[in-house]
Amino acid sequence: MKKTILFSIIVVILCSCNNNGKNDNNSNPDMSVSGAGATFPYPYYNIVFRDYMRINPGIVVNYGAIGSGGGIRSLRDKSVDFGASDAFLTEKEIASMPEVVHIATCMGGVVMAYTLPEIDNLRLTGPIVADIYMGKITRWDDKRIRAENPSIKLPDLEITPVYRSDGSGTTFAFSEYLCKVSPEWKSIMGKGKALKWDAGIAAKGNPGVAGIVQQTPGAIGYIGSEFALTLKLPTAKIKNKFGNYIAANLESISAAANVDLPDDMRATISDSADPNAYPMSLFTWLLVFKDQQYDKRTKQEAQELMNLLEYIISSEGQGVAAQINYAPLSEQAVKKTQTLIESIHYGNEPLKFHIESDTVKQTTDSLDLAVDNSIDR
Amino acid sequence: MKDKIFKGLLFFSAIFILILTAGIIYALVARSLESFQEYGIWGFVNNSEWDPRSATEEYGALSFVVGTLYTSFFALLICIPFSFAVALFTGEYFKGRKVASVVSSIVDLLAGIPSIVFGLWGFYSIRPLAIELGVNAQGFGIFTSSVVLAVMIIPYASSLSSEYLRMVPKNLKEGAYSLGATRLEVITNVSLPMASSGIVSSFILALGRALGETMAVTMLIGNTNNIPSGLRDTGNTMASVIANQFGEADGLKLSSLIAIGLLLFIITAIINLIAKLIMNKLTNV
Repeated sequence: MKKTILFSIIVVILCSCNNNGKNDNNSNPDMSVSGAGATFPYPYYNIVFRDYMRINPGIVVNYGAIGSGGGIRSLRDKSVDFGASDAFLTEKEIASMPEVVHIATCMGGVVMAYTLPEIDNLRLTGPIVADIYMGKITRWDDKRIRAENPSIKLPDLEITPVYRSDGSGTTFAFSEYLCKVSPEWKSIMGKGKALKWDAGIAAKGNPGVAGIVQQTPGAIGYIGSEFALTLKLPTAKIKNKFGNYIAANLESISAAANVDLPDDMRATISDSADPNAYPMSLFTWLLVFKDQQYDKRTKQEAQELMNLLEYIISSEGQGVAAQINYAPLSEQAVKKTQTLIESIHYGNEPLKFHIESDTVKQTTDSLDLAVDNSIDR
Repeated sequence: MKDKIFKGLLFFSAIFILILTAGIIYALVARSLESFQEYGIWGFVNNSEWDPRSATEEYGALSFVVGTLYTSFFALLICIPFSFAVALFTGEYFKGRKVASVVSSIVDLLAGIPSIVFGLWGFYSIRPLAIELGVNAQGFGIFTSSVVLAVMIIPYASSLSSEYLRMVPKNLKEGAYSLGATRLEVITNVSLPMASSGIVSSFILALGRALGETMAVTMLIGNTNNIPSGLRDTGNTMASVIANQFGEADGLKLSSLIAIGLLLFIITAIINLIAKLIMNKLTNV
């Protein structure tokens, strides 16, 4: 009896070893590009990378949505080929690693979702939002909210501000905008991926905040636009620099980048100078090393990364973004980003731009497997 | 020969667990050093500031320690009458009968429900109730999470205590009955005193469970980084702050979160040790 058990254990172990070997062969085609970072653009990357793998058989793109901070850390440790972040690198972070280029991939917004009985056309201003989150405006029928919404009868209800309990690029974009429009916010709260809050309650991730807002009458929460637009949550129109009340949608978010952008694309586009722009808009970036010759990286690997970046900012890649409620880059942003991609090099050698990747044809089986893997993630 | 292999296997797995535990402790201590060096151990534990902004960065664990103890002890308080009643039901009144085994297996089933399901139950059922009761405007906070925690730890407390009630020697109880004692008198004068330390230790073990519970609490406590002022207030526990903030944490914040993990480890270890000591005392009697 014992012998049979021992024998079967050994058999099982051997079998599993064998299987592992097989799997490795299948899921390791000739090229793989891996990245990690921000969760905000994750649904977009998921689809754009899958499309890219369909077009370029033999290449596997892996992306781990571990958060912007984790993405930057992984890039610094060189455990990934690209990092992803919703906030551009700080001077301190730039100093801690070799030169990095910021490749803007798409745009998003931060929207104010709320739940108020029978009200779906709320209008707010930046300073009002700031005061709600600082606990200065605590009831929905406050005279300042009434002044912005003369046509609405606001209920006598407590406001429950909901914020992100985890560090988040959404919080960064939100607080960055409020710093611009409210001096008091700037001095008391400041900006960052995580803040010290005095009012409200917190939840993890966009789904957490959206869940609480939807389930709590009188709640208001800031949420990534792609999430709110997909769920069709009621969101407030925000008054921009020009006094226009702008609803968050793909056009109004893209419009925020119709301004002069710096050459390195490290720009915040909140409180944009465009009259039709939604004020709380942001870029999200992929971060790659400018010099791709490091560690044991081959030139071909670097070239594959280039091709991928190029695909993302192509009209095809940007079209995918719009389909799933991410705002496509404005024309000017695409141009600047193209120049940045061209600046990436491999040691002293330049990398090819606008090139058809000459990839090894793989059987459709292994391609499907690769695609499945990426979805599971 | 077989005996030797079997013995070796057992020896290996025992050593392996020891090494694993030592490794966990080492990793926790090594990675929380940065935070302890910055603030000092007591300075870290006794500070209620949690400010992740880079300009005014400061981390202290006090609000989370208080939040954890608050929710766990309140949960224990709610859980005591229920699990005590269940224990008496299955271990004394209906001992050995079918209805007792049905009840105890259903209560044990509670222990098998994933914590996220309890969280959702709290979110959709208990929270509206808390709003109705006027606990606060959103229903999140210490109260709601304690109620859900209490339900989660009932099986741990009740199954162990009924075990100890069942262990009370039959001849003692029969002796009491023969002296004309009623059932209630037997329970209060014989069964309970005999099983008391076992029952106490089972509640302490349940408390240990409540201390480390993460998911359900994270969904219900409101996740605000302040010392809760009362049952109606929102707060954060040590486990939930780690679950919430670990993903994006870096540098000193990461180290502080790991330090909170170490504190939780120590607190839970002390609680379990106390339960063990009481139980040992019982078996020695």
